Amino acid sequence: MDLSILIEKSVLVVILFSVSLAVAAYSTYAERKIAAFLQDRYGPDRAGPWGLLQPLADGGKMFFKEEIIPNASDKFLFILGPCIFMTTALMTSAAIPWGKSLHLFGRDISLQVANLNIGILYIFAIVSIGVYGIMIGGWASNNKFALLGAIRASSQMISYELAMGMAIIALLLTSNSLSIRDIVDQQAGFHWNVFYQPLGFIIFLVCAFAECNRTPFDLPETETELVGGYHTEYSSMKLGLYLFAEYTNMFISSAVISCLYFGGYHFPFIDSLNLPQNVAAIISVFVLFAKVCFFIFFFMWIRWTLPRFRYDQLMRLGWQMLLPLAIVNVLITGAWLTYFK
Amino acid sequence: MIQYLFFALSALTIISALYVVFSRNPMHSVLSLIVCFFTVAGHYILLNAQFLAIVHIIVYAGAIMVLFLFTVMLLNLNRETEPHKTNWVKIAAVIAAGMLFLTLIASLKMAGLGTYSLPHKSNIGFIQDIGVKLFTDFMLPFEISTILFMSAMIGAVLLAKKEK
Amino acid sequence: MQSLTNRSKIVQKRDLTFMEKLYLPAILGGMVITIKHLFRKKVTNKYPDTVREFTPVYRGVHVLKRDEQGRENCTACGLCAVTCPAEAITMTAAERKPGEENLYREEKYAAVYEINMLRCIFCGLCEDACPKDAIYLTDRLIDAKYHRSNFIYGKDKLVEKTDERVDVSKRKKVYTLS
Repeated sequence: MDLSILIEKSVLVVILFSVSLAVAAYSTYAERKIAAFLQDRYGPDRAGPWGLLQPLADGGKMFFKEEIIPNASDKFLFILGPCIFMTTALMTSAAIPWGKSLHLFGRDISLQVANLNIGILYIFAIVSIGVYGIMIGGWASNNKFALLGAIRASSQMISYELAMGMAIIALLLTSNSLSIRDIVDQQAGFHWNVFYQPLGFIIFLVCAFAECNRTPFDLPETETELVGGYHTEYSSMKLGLYLFAEYTNMFISSAVISCLYFGGYHFPFIDSLNLPQNVAAIISVFVLFAKVCFFIFFFMWIRWTLPRFRYDQLMRLGWQMLLPLAIVNVLITGAWLTYFK
Repeated sequence: MIQYLFFALSALTIISALYVVFSRNPMHSVLSLIVCFFTVAGHYILLNAQFLAIVHIIVYAGAIMVLFLFTVMLLNLNRETEPHKTNWVKIAAVIAAGMLFLTLIASLKMAGLGTYSLPHKSNIGFIQDIGVKLFTDFMLPFEISTILFMSAMIGAVLLAKKEK
Repeated sequence: MQSLTNRSKIVQKRDLTFMEKLYLPAILGGMVITIKHLFRKKVTNKYPDTVREFTPVYRGVHVLKRDEQGRENCTACGLCAVTCPAEAITMTAAERKPGEENLYREEKYAAVYEINMLRCIFCGLCEDACPKDAIYLTDRLIDAKYHRSNFIYGKDKLVEKTDERVDVSKRKKVYTLS
């Protein structure tokens, strides 16, 4: 293997990890701030100017808290749970194209860790593994609430993955490729998929909420019914990992939504400016980042607007509304492609 | 490099598969079965069959094993509730396993130990080729299996529906 | 039952229309409401930096007033103690000695004047009862203490200092004969 590629990719991976973690950390701050603003409050504003150091304070608190492992728990699995959840949350970022390629040191550097020809499936696979983190953690706690949370999480994930996959299939019919970079490049100049697949986009968005366990689908951790759901017994940084991974998941799913439906790193007017390659690449990264930030805000906006579903409502929505709708969407897309293309 | 990876993966596969059988805790069995599936997916990737590997992970590790884990978690099996098998069942199990073992040995003997090269340059496992193959050479089995799945789905819906 | 006001609304349970079943318009409506709140004036105040103002009628810790020349107004008549519903006030009267004219306004004064702040309900009746403009409730708060005995405020805490007068002009009531 070429050494320079190895260095290039490892630098990219390190940057990606640190950016994902930083974004996750500041998402916690943003969540509290946005929640406060939507409720006519100020939110955290004591640590640093406008409370900007709040995530550091929270992280420091998490690290110094006492670490409790319940006696009756399965110790190995208890520790494994949050590790799996965090790892899978971070792994997904590998397949996402974060920008156009840079030209440095006489070579093109692609801002994507791995341009897989099955990028979407890779993300799906990793997301479907992520649920093990919750299930193992919830079971190993040996606590009824945690177990209930874990069971809810797994059944919810399985149910919504189906509709999500169906929504993606309709998209793939039009894009003819499973590589996310190809899909993003097809949307250059305002041909965003959201205009061609509005129904698919809504289904995908709802499913993304469900997969991230965000309100209105936060049944696995319902504070009001299940104490804390699957992380009831967790404390210290292991709890921190669970909470952190949730925000990382949110970041990644925002990136996936912007890549699949909102043109990824393309923006109609900037593309036609004919900027030098490196400038265009950096701007493209910021364009994608802006879209991601919007979706993170959207996630929080929804959270502080809608109440939680009841469990039967959740299941009915997943199986009886979204799945048939997604199948209809696939049929419509197929018919359109056959007769009008 | 790829050879070492192969050996490491194979060792992991065998160890995890053995642990599935020998573990007394059903939860650990299920989890090591998941590890086993992952290593098998790794073998697919070594054979340059990326699509197959990912689908293997999505379908087996991501969906089927979640359901397994779900059931095991709900049943809360442990040593006290382990059902006691009668001798007849044990004898039947030994005979069945022995026959499976015989078949395996026979097939391994037929296969013979040879060398083979990894198909690095071929696009066997890529999604386009699989799609083309499925809709040309294997059209009939593919459609028949869809009918099978359809009937299974209808059956499941029928079972789940409340009787009026 | 017949409604006395015309404000009551009869609620009927009916099936949702198709648009309502979609829920999307309702969700969007809710989101518009929340986003409007993003730009509203915040109702909370940043406490240690900005302190919320008391209303003029706030009834806090009492003050025993002095007149313009710095003499205590209180003559220990005991009306405040009599009117106090919680029996929080006690006092001992004493006679003014010659040479103390600059300390006490009239011949009789309160040698001891104690209010038990744990008993006091801050009703303000003592203020109403006082014929000499001596006692007023102010917008000051009671500090937290560890022992109950510390809540019995004596003259050292109640009488206003000559160098830091307490403004009670907002609480002075003007009575007119009707």
